[in-house]
Amino acid sequence: MHELGIVFYIIRDVKAAAEENHVEQVSGVVMNIGEVSTIVPEYLTDCWRWAADKEAMLRGCELKINIIPAVTYCEDCGREYGTVEHGRTCPHCGSEHTYLLRGNEVEIKEIEVPNS
Amino acid sequence: MSQIFLILQGIMDSVKVIEIKKSVFADNDRDADALRGELKQKGVYLLNVMSSPGSGKTTTLIQTINRLKDKLRIAVMEADIDGDVDAVKIKEATGIPSIQLHTGGMCHLDAEMTRQGLDNLALGEADLVILENVGNLVCPAEFDTGSCRNAMILSVPEGHDKPLKYPLMFSVCDVVVINKMDVLPYFDFDMDKCKEYVRMRNPKARVIPVCAKTGEGVDAFADWLYAEVKAWKEQ
Repeated sequence: MHELGIVFYIIRDVKAAAEENHVEQVSGVVMNIGEVSTIVPEYLTDCWRWAADKEAMLRGCELKINIIPAVTYCEDCGREYGTVEHGRTCPHCGSEHTYLLRGNEVEIKEIEVPNS
Repeated sequence: MSQIFLILQGIMDSVKVIEIKKSVFADNDRDADALRGELKQKGVYLLNVMSSPGSGKTTTLIQTINRLKDKLRIAVMEADIDGDVDAVKIKEATGIPSIQLHTGGMCHLDAEMTRQGLDNLALGEADLVILENVGNLVCPAEFDTGSCRNAMILSVPEGHDKPLKYPLMFSVCDVVVINKMDVLPYFDFDMDKCKEYVRMRNPKARVIPVCAKTGEGVDAFADWLYAEVKAWKEQ
């Protein structure tokens, strides 16, 4: 439900980056989206299509999503494990002293522009 | 095979890639920090209050404001997608200045929208500004409003397992007010479990049980807020 708001932020950042690089048309935007970032990729691309087509610079521009797997680190045994399968409790030693290493990203990785 | 390779190369050549590598929240975080700095300078304390719809935010705020309005100059900003029922309710029940912000369909307020709201208040005449964010446990947690502290209100009928379902909301909150304590006998709400789950997400968060309808427990929240405002203005 928050994906549209996120899309407005992406559009603002992409337009700024395009202007900085003297680009007039952007054909693709690549996002890094963490597995536990609370973003639903399908909603994000739906909202993107609706909002991006209203911007001349982004008409037809495709939003591509890289999913970043969530990994949690255990402070007690020093090992890493998949957050989605095991949550906060370390499957190796049962400790709850764990923290998320990655998987929370909502990041614009790069933009693609037609080569002229 | 070579044909596929040529096509691929053609595609690659036709597109130039510009690396960005930037968090979508970076600009908002920067705006929020700048806003906090300005509020500090002006001696204005901004409290951001979040919850799901119907948890009793407005009623809790009315009770709290009525306990503090003789000691502090208070103003309220109500953020909603539409309508002005909350702003009117606050004004009628407390007599303090209250304005309604519309988010234009968005499910949260960000630092820029908060600043626009603050511009409509006479900040020189306020010690405490309370921002009642859009009722929602997901989006408001992601966008720093520039507030000094975040409070969230969880009501008993919502269940004690909310911290497990909305981890980010509970990890960004400095205080969790548990409202509607009067209906506790009718629900399977486990207070100890709730406190444990809140601590899992945020060991520093303070939990304050209240009943906004009867006013029970609201003193504790008002005292916490008063001490916070004093400390913010004096430090």
